[in-house]
Amino acid sequence: MASAADTQLNPALASESPVQRFFRATEIDTRLLGMVGALILIWVGFQIFGILRTGDGVFLTPRNLWNLLVQTSAIAVMSTGMVLIIVMRHIDLSVGSMLSFVGVVTGVAQANYLAPLLGSDHPATWIIAVLIALGVGAAVGAFNGFLVAYAGIPSFIVTLGGLIVYNGAAWSVIRGETVAPMDSRFELIGGTPRGAWIGGTGSWALGFIVCAAILVGILSNRRARARFRFPQRPIWAEALLATVGCGLTLGTVLVVNAYYWPPKVAEAYALENNITIPPEGLNYSHGFAIPVLIALGVGVAMSFLARRTRFGRYIYAIGGNPEAAELAGVNTRKITLLMFMLMGILVAISACITAARLDAASNSLGQFDELYVIAATVIGGTSLAGGVGTIFGAMLGALVMQSLQSGMTLLNFDSAVKDIIVGSVLVFAVWIDQIYRRRQA
Amino acid sequence: MQTQTASAPLVEMQDISIAFGGIKAVDHASIELYPGEVVGLLGHNGAGKSTLIKILSGAYKRDGGSIRVGGEEARIENPRDAKTYGIETIYQTLALADNVDAASNLFLGREIRTRWGTLDDAAMESQAREVMGRLNPNFRRFKDPVKSLSGGQRQSVAIARAIHFNARILIMDEPTAALGPQETAQVGELIKQLKADGIGIFLISHDIHDVFDLADRVCVMKNGRVVGTGKTKDVTKDEVLGMIILGKCPAGATPGSGAMRPD
Repeated sequence: MASAADTQLNPALASESPVQRFFRATEIDTRLLGMVGALILIWVGFQIFGILRTGDGVFLTPRNLWNLLVQTSAIAVMSTGMVLIIVMRHIDLSVGSMLSFVGVVTGVAQANYLAPLLGSDHPATWIIAVLIALGVGAAVGAFNGFLVAYAGIPSFIVTLGGLIVYNGAAWSVIRGETVAPMDSRFELIGGTPRGAWIGGTGSWALGFIVCAAILVGILSNRRARARFRFPQRPIWAEALLATVGCGLTLGTVLVVNAYYWPPKVAEAYALENNITIPPEGLNYSHGFAIPVLIALGVGVAMSFLARRTRFGRYIYAIGGNPEAAELAGVNTRKITLLMFMLMGILVAISACITAARLDAASNSLGQFDELYVIAATVIGGTSLAGGVGTIFGAMLGALVMQSLQSGMTLLNFDSAVKDIIVGSVLVFAVWIDQIYRRRQA
Repeated sequence: MQTQTASAPLVEMQDISIAFGGIKAVDHASIELYPGEVVGLLGHNGAGKSTLIKILSGAYKRDGGSIRVGGEEARIENPRDAKTYGIETIYQTLALADNVDAASNLFLGREIRTRWGTLDDAAMESQAREVMGRLNPNFRRFKDPVKSLSGGQRQSVAIARAIHFNARILIMDEPTAALGPQETAQVGELIKQLKADGIGIFLISHDIHDVFDLADRVCVMKNGRVVGTGKTKDVTKDEVLGMIILGKCPAGATPGSGAMRPD
């Protein structure tokens, strides 16, 4: 309950409903909750639709949810950068073609240059290939950033030009061919082969580490607030947040562990390792796939960057008021250039995931990705006016977008219908967001 | 407190000029500021007072002239340079990032960091509470983005930012424009307090009464040039109005390059 003193100073607290008090105490963003609601609605909707249409719910199965996570990774990685670009009042339309260009370069490098040079399946190949991708991504992103920050060209134009230029560049590298296969270790980044799954035990271990991290985070936050005698969140709110956080983590582990290896893969593995196959069959858990772990790692790193470092603070300040940031002594040009470079690096990570997952590189990689990434970001609550947006929201937005897409694919929607629905959802999400903002103001 | 005649000037701006596309916004203007002194800068809209002062705060780069801070030639190319000389500015437009909270604005560009190089938000909030407690004891909304604060609250954040980092020279561009009478009086009190600490203050204002209440000297600009400078006790409000409107420098003031020639 609000104390008498609080009520006196802030009359709004006195008339607060229990629901409002709940959100204030837990500091949960209502918009985030709306997004989670939308996600659940989409999942349950597809499940019911699947049952009605084919008599069996294919959406909410461990197998589909596992695939969904893998499919989301590439877009999710890029959306973590796009949030910050949009927060800074810029846009990057070139991420799709950049992905194509980077993917093609690293694909050609490993198939046409590294393999003959080092011999096929050399253990260093994948490292060099990834480094090439990251280097090319960083260079291309920095070039975009230079044109925006120092030449003063609007980012919309720079990256619209980039969209066409990098598309052409990708074509000129590969001339419409498809380079395959990728290096066998590089392939693991995509999550398809057997070695790209960390298995049941590994996933449980990871789940418990994440839970421990959540608890440590909450405790250290409390300690920091106690050190300066700031008001604390109520204990029940902390307990609720901890329970929900750990519950979601362990629930995800349960799901990815409930998806077993395909029987053929399991049999081959048993044969290689002289394991006798029991009569009930082999139940090896997939656990988390490497691209999902990469996406989660990127999400954590980018959240850290956005919330706990000066770089992130400056990006939000620039988005709130570029002039104020400049006058406060922030080197806005440098920050802009670095942000576009970081976007390029994230695109390179996604390019590796995409090329590895397809086990091939062609200039059709990343087609329309810029639209999916921007859509995911905007659905995730990032304001196109700048200044507002979270990494976590964007990744959730990516999951919403991918859920829609793969759900419709699973239920054999016509691809024309699919496009119409995905596009409409984007516009609808922004409309809802506008209504929400107007009501808040 | 030292008297201004005995001490060296804190800031000397000499022959400052800047032009925007052929229009001379500031034309060979010179002005000084002594420690513990408040200099009121007066003039019409477009007289060049904000532009002159933005050159000192590093927002604009001058075309000509020199700036000396504490007797030494100062290189001021951007706002960061100005801050290293202890020059802090409270802008007319407040210049706050609306979407972040008071502490983040207060420390923008000068964040406190932990030993791992990450932001120490708790320490920043703690110091923000301390400095805001002095300026505006009723202020409690440390977690809200400054967008949702009132004009007076935003102003106190802007002032807190300027004084928290040991400013020697404070530039206040229309500090009371957005404020009610009570908050204006608070700013007046604050200026007196800062003055007693030996900080030199440039006060830019439209309000001639404000300036006469707070400033030791006035400097009037017209068409980018300085009409004249004089102690507030040596000139009358009517004479200052004459300087602003006609560019006529009275006997009690030292004429500048923009003074109307008495021929």
